[in-house]
Amino acid sequence: MSDLQSTPRWRRIVSMTLLTLGALVFLFPFYYMVVGALQTKRNPSLSGAIPWPSNLTLNNFLDINHAINLGRSLLNSGIFTGVVVICTIFFGVLAGYALATLHFRGRGLLFAVVLLLQAVPFQLLMVPLYVMLVRNFRMGDTYVGMILPFAINSVAVLIFRQFFLQVPQEMFDAARIDGAGEFRILRSIAVPLVRPAILTAALVTFIGPWNEFLWPFLITKKQSMQPLAVAVANYTQTGAGFHANPMGSILAGSTVLAIPAVVLFIIFQRQFAETHSSTGVKG
Amino acid sequence: MPAETAHRRAPGSRRTVAATPAPGGQRRSRLEFALGRHPAGLLLAAPYALFVAAVFVYPIGLGVWMSFHDSFFTAPGVSVPQPFVGLDNYKAVLANPAIRASFVHVAEFLVINVPLTLVFSLLLATALNSVVHWRGFMRVSYYVPYVTASVATITVWMFMFNSSGIVNQILGPLAPDPAWLVNRFWAMPSIALYVTWKQLGFFILLFLAALQNVPKELHEAAAMDGASRWQGYRAVTLPAVRPATTLVVLLAIITGANLFTEPYLLTGGGGPNGASTTPVFLLYQQGIQQGKPAIASAIGVLLVIGVLIITYASRKLTERE
Repeated sequence: MSDLQSTPRWRRIVSMTLLTLGALVFLFPFYYMVVGALQTKRNPSLSGAIPWPSNLTLNNFLDINHAINLGRSLLNSGIFTGVVVICTIFFGVLAGYALATLHFRGRGLLFAVVLLLQAVPFQLLMVPLYVMLVRNFRMGDTYVGMILPFAINSVAVLIFRQFFLQVPQEMFDAARIDGAGEFRILRSIAVPLVRPAILTAALVTFIGPWNEFLWPFLITKKQSMQPLAVAVANYTQTGAGFHANPMGSILAGSTVLAIPAVVLFIIFQRQFAETHSSTGVKG
Repeated sequence: MPAETAHRRAPGSRRTVAATPAPGGQRRSRLEFALGRHPAGLLLAAPYALFVAAVFVYPIGLGVWMSFHDSFFTAPGVSVPQPFVGLDNYKAVLANPAIRASFVHVAEFLVINVPLTLVFSLLLATALNSVVHWRGFMRVSYYVPYVTASVATITVWMFMFNSSGIVNQILGPLAPDPAWLVNRFWAMPSIALYVTWKQLGFFILLFLAALQNVPKELHEAAAMDGASRWQGYRAVTLPAVRPATTLVVLLAIITGANLFTEPYLLTGGGGPNGASTTPVFLLYQQGIQQGKPAIASAIGVLLVIGVLIITYASRKLTERE
């Protein structure tokens, strides 16, 4: 809202038109995903973009459920994502508090390493992690192996650290003078203060494991262990050919995969958008 | 940070009481020198520090080690000598035309994706910053692709861009043949376009945050000095968003170097005929499918070196006055 008064009316109209057109382009694939998931017969023509009542069905959802067991895949995605979010919040608050307010040996080094890791692509760790976890520790097809590389989201740690830096240090110092130990301070002062940051950190963390394809794809061979993203991708590559409307059932699976993330981010859009003004790091 | 270090080294200036009860002053200051003013911090940060060491630092080291040795998969618990082979793995990688081609494909991707991302995210963020109504809705529309799984959005793109898909229906006679994703020329640009669409919302948020931090007085001062809109934009807004620009270019390059899901799913395994393979896709093929972790690690190390060189060059470019 930097210059509302000085922005001429015509410029605001140009901005609004540009934004509306852009938003339509951005949202169209989502609309098309839902329409395609509901079609009885695949209709790729222009008229297929309109949901004709005569061509609507929920059979595609039954089809995909029959092929990949939606319930089981959703459960795997839920366990993967849930454990990662819980670990990140618990250990992330501890680490963020320590990095922001405590002076201990190695703090500077740890913080430097965390910042540096933001530039290291996960894919590079793929083969060494695969050798370690699948070959050496036999963690293929286990939740532990799936969760371990994602257990604590570093961006969330940075969000917590940033949040604790904004709290006046006198609050913690006063408690220390009164004789409170660090654990007591954390429980009674720091955690209640950090509550708004927990929601933001949970949102940022959620999209990692929920949407992740590569790692769970590498580590799961059994279909009963695969999260939804992996199950839908494998169905796209191999299993879809035998169904009445293969594209319809693929899009139905995609819709089920997309809905939780989209709904969460519509509900909590303000918290998510504000992350970037405070931390400016990749989510 | 330096001020804090000085503070820690000088126990005399300490105001606060150390968290752990200390039996004697002499011992406390020695302990404090070894562990820092708040030893409890070590305990609190330990789980995360261990995680970082086990999941990032050690694997990076292992990857570099493997790239210089004749490494292969063995049964668990079996120890087989893996002799040092110097640069042999790197020579094998560079001699492989398919792997060289994958690096060229990523370069092609970056040439299309980075400018598109930069121009559209800055343009749309500027537009978002100047509107009053519907801001929340607009913001959500742009970042919804970013928060949705690639697997889900890729399937729609396949549906839209295949030979009888809606995009070709609109283009009619202008549609490329063979269709986008199975066309040697169009496969990589299609991936670049998809990734631009997918990531743009995130970069818009970064620019929006930077734009909102531009002091209003600067624009007013520029207007008072008789600067035109465009002059004001160039003199005030562009310098103010320069750190964000550097970050956007950096993150776009890192994302581009990491392409895997797109060539695997969107173009069906780097197709057509290997025209859209990427280093990470070959890293997966060589390392995990074909059981050559040493070659895969060498690809990974070369990729990191390439990313470092390109990001360094791009920083020089974006931070230039």
